[in-house]
Amino acid sequence: MSTATTAPARGTGDATVRSWKNPIILSVVALFALLVFALGAPGNDVTFRLSEENDPIVLPSIVVSAQLIGWLAAIAMIALAVLAILHTRARRKVPTWVPAVFAILFLIAFLTWVVGSARTPNVALYGLLAGSVTLAVPLIFGSLSGVLCERSGVVNIAIEGQLLFGAFAAAVAASLSGSAFVGLLAAAVAGVLVSLVLAVFSIRYVVNQVIVGVVLNVLVSGLTGFLFSAVLSEDSERWNSPPRLPVIEIPLLADIPVIGPILFQQTIVGYLMYIAVAVIYVALYHSRWGLRTRAVGEHPKAADTLGVNVNRMRFVNVLLAGVVAGVGGSFFTLVAVSGFGRDMTAGQGYIALAALIFGRWNPIGAFFAALLFGFATNLSNVLSLLGTPVPDQFLRMLPYVVTVFAVAGLVGRSRAPGASGIPYIKG
Amino acid sequence: MTPQDDRPVPPATDGGAPLTRRQAKDTARQDEVRLENAVETAGGELPPPAVPAPAGTAAAPESTLLQRIMTGNALVAFLSVVLSLILGGLLIALTDPNVARASSYFFGRPQDTLGAAWTAASGAYSALFQGSVFNVRGESFSQRIYPLTQTLTVATPLICAGLGVALAFRAGLFNIGAQGQILIGATFAGWVGFTLHLPAGIHLLLVILAGMVGGAVWAGLVGLLKARTGAHEVILTIMFNYIATNLVLYFLSTPAFQRPGSTNPISPQLDATALYPPLLGSAFRLHWGFVVAVLATVFVWWLLNRSTVGFELRAVGANASAARTAGVNVSRGYILAMAIAGALAGLAGVAQVSGTEKVLTSGVAASFGFDAITVALLGRSSPWGTFAAGILFGAFRAGGVAMQASTGTSIDIVLVVQSLIVLFIAAPPLVRALFRLPAPGAPRAGKGGTTTRTPASTGAAA
Repeated sequence: MSTATTAPARGTGDATVRSWKNPIILSVVALFALLVFALGAPGNDVTFRLSEENDPIVLPSIVVSAQLIGWLAAIAMIALAVLAILHTRARRKVPTWVPAVFAILFLIAFLTWVVGSARTPNVALYGLLAGSVTLAVPLIFGSLSGVLCERSGVVNIAIEGQLLFGAFAAAVAASLSGSAFVGLLAAAVAGVLVSLVLAVFSIRYVVNQVIVGVVLNVLVSGLTGFLFSAVLSEDSERWNSPPRLPVIEIPLLADIPVIGPILFQQTIVGYLMYIAVAVIYVALYHSRWGLRTRAVGEHPKAADTLGVNVNRMRFVNVLLAGVVAGVGGSFFTLVAVSGFGRDMTAGQGYIALAALIFGRWNPIGAFFAALLFGFATNLSNVLSLLGTPVPDQFLRMLPYVVTVFAVAGLVGRSRAPGASGIPYIKG
Repeated sequence: MTPQDDRPVPPATDGGAPLTRRQAKDTARQDEVRLENAVETAGGELPPPAVPAPAGTAAAPESTLLQRIMTGNALVAFLSVVLSLILGGLLIALTDPNVARASSYFFGRPQDTLGAAWTAASGAYSALFQGSVFNVRGESFSQRIYPLTQTLTVATPLICAGLGVALAFRAGLFNIGAQGQILIGATFAGWVGFTLHLPAGIHLLLVILAGMVGGAVWAGLVGLLKARTGAHEVILTIMFNYIATNLVLYFLSTPAFQRPGSTNPISPQLDATALYPPLLGSAFRLHWGFVVAVLATVFVWWLLNRSTVGFELRAVGANASAARTAGVNVSRGYILAMAIAGALAGLAGVAQVSGTEKVLTSGVAASFGFDAITVALLGRSSPWGTFAAGILFGAFRAGGVAMQASTGTSIDIVLVVQSLIVLFIAAPPLVRALFRLPAPGAPRAGKGGTTTRTPASTGAAA
């Protein structure tokens, strides 16, 4: 992903060159918010429910006026846009909190407007958030797999294949053994197998990494599809009826409203996700291994000069990424539904790839980006039930449009690891 | 190996090129000289480029004809296909119930297991062949060659979209977005086809044009974003695929597109004047879209190898910084390459909507856009290679449908074989090692890790 860095160099280089891109985008979006969210606000109140009636701790629902929120948010956004314009005029850098706050305001205003315009302006916020996290679990595993690969300099387009093969292996192994945990292990092994092919072809045989990734996705899709129709669907009792992973509820903590179910009422895959984000973040930025990984991905020649075995480092990282993505794949067959279906990952691996780039190749960033995608998907599901004026198809394309804007530079420039995608040949 | 071959751009031979191109040509010529030197000094460490290089550069001078055949790309390609078919056959045999039954007494009568395995694999492959090339059991001549025309019908969109992907590869762009471009092209073409009612001839021409414009706009947007913001085209095209799918679904729910009286996302039938006429009479589904695909292949060949624009595109693909230094407008190159690629994918959309399907649905592109990537990779991004690969994959797909119907073997096996072929072809050293073939250019050097070396120039594509 190295060519991403060529063009915008002149735009954001030093502070003396004024870049009007951010102020212009912010102004346009702020005007849009004024027109739609404030002037076009529905007259009714919007209810956000925070807990169910029979929860141990019951919180009152938040009831707000859609017009008030719309106007407040629009005015605040315009103020931020003006601030950005002033900063740019004075040849100062726009502070990073400005776009961040702007994005949050936009999200709040959009949510209020879209729920307010629905036929039933009443939404369970806790369900919306919990559902988002659930939908984001495979995305987070996938993008963590991408982080591990790309930070060491290997582009991983095969996340989709890793997830799908993980899901397949988990279903088969769990069905045969009768234990969901065996399925979890098998998923990790399956992810590693896909990774192994990726590593051998892209590192040992120096085949273009994007090609290997794309082809691997096709291969896994064909292989699992073939086995599904030749074996699994012939005797699905034996091959394709895995037990589900149990939900482990942590006492007391799980009763906290809104965040309780999100953080403390998960299956082991859900907890592993939080652990994986934390461990990979700490390892990548605060350990010797992480420093070497990043060095190999940024400047392999320098790393090699200092005695790091570049290709072995990459090989190990790609295999580790396979473990992570494989476990993520098990989510599909051991948590979400019980059983494997043809091409059941449905392009989630590509979304994970987008989350990785949106999150700027950082585990924490990828985590939040994936959450955003999960939120957008869940929102479109919830809203199509509530009945909104926005056509369903536009809600469904929301995550992808957001990604295009993100990649095209709305949220600042995201820069790929320097050597990502470039094979390293010693000498 | 890489989609855009590592050959330096050969100097254009026409004398009438504008003076501003002069520098570019000179640089390219120098590059070529430098690279030839490099190839020679590498002492046979480098594998041959994706497209056979001019005689004398790749093969060592003393190599015999046999050695040249043994180290050639054609042999590797052939062996890749054979190896993939064998692996696919193994997969069919392993999952066959008869084989499983016979294997329970494998040590008593091993020949039963092997026989059952052979029956399963050969049965599936013979059904595949009969469904794609020649039907032995056909009663009339037209029935016997019917499968072949089916193959060409399926190959038509594959060739068009594959050419688009290949052209973008050559300009250094990884165009994963053929799927979306086909969809948008088909949407434009379909709308012209069922909304405007025009006389025959003009109508079809407008439909084709609209399809090309649709694809070109959709892909050109990606080129524009890449050129202006530096966003990566792999992500952009993937996202644009999803956006296109949802956009088409939305269109199909509006009165302008939806079939009157229907609640399903399906458009009215295209006018008869908007359809490609059948090529071999109404008994066959093959339509004039195939001729358009052939013409498109000729055009892309001409564009890449004989035109100034194509020269610039290849220069951008070979080394964007060098091209910029030499005075080529790289941004324009990106936009142009994507727009032409999109127009070609749009042609695939036209072939679907006004040739095969005759109606616009959200599934009109099937998975042609993704198959096109493998087609372009197998064709090594050369126009005629893509053409041949398109026909091969068209045969796989057409035959796969027949195979699934007659022997019950899932058509997914075709995906497995296709992707294995591309994987093996992409890694010639692996195939050579598996078949104990000598490495190219170094027939007596024997082993040693040097065979895996490849010029590392194309990381830019990724």
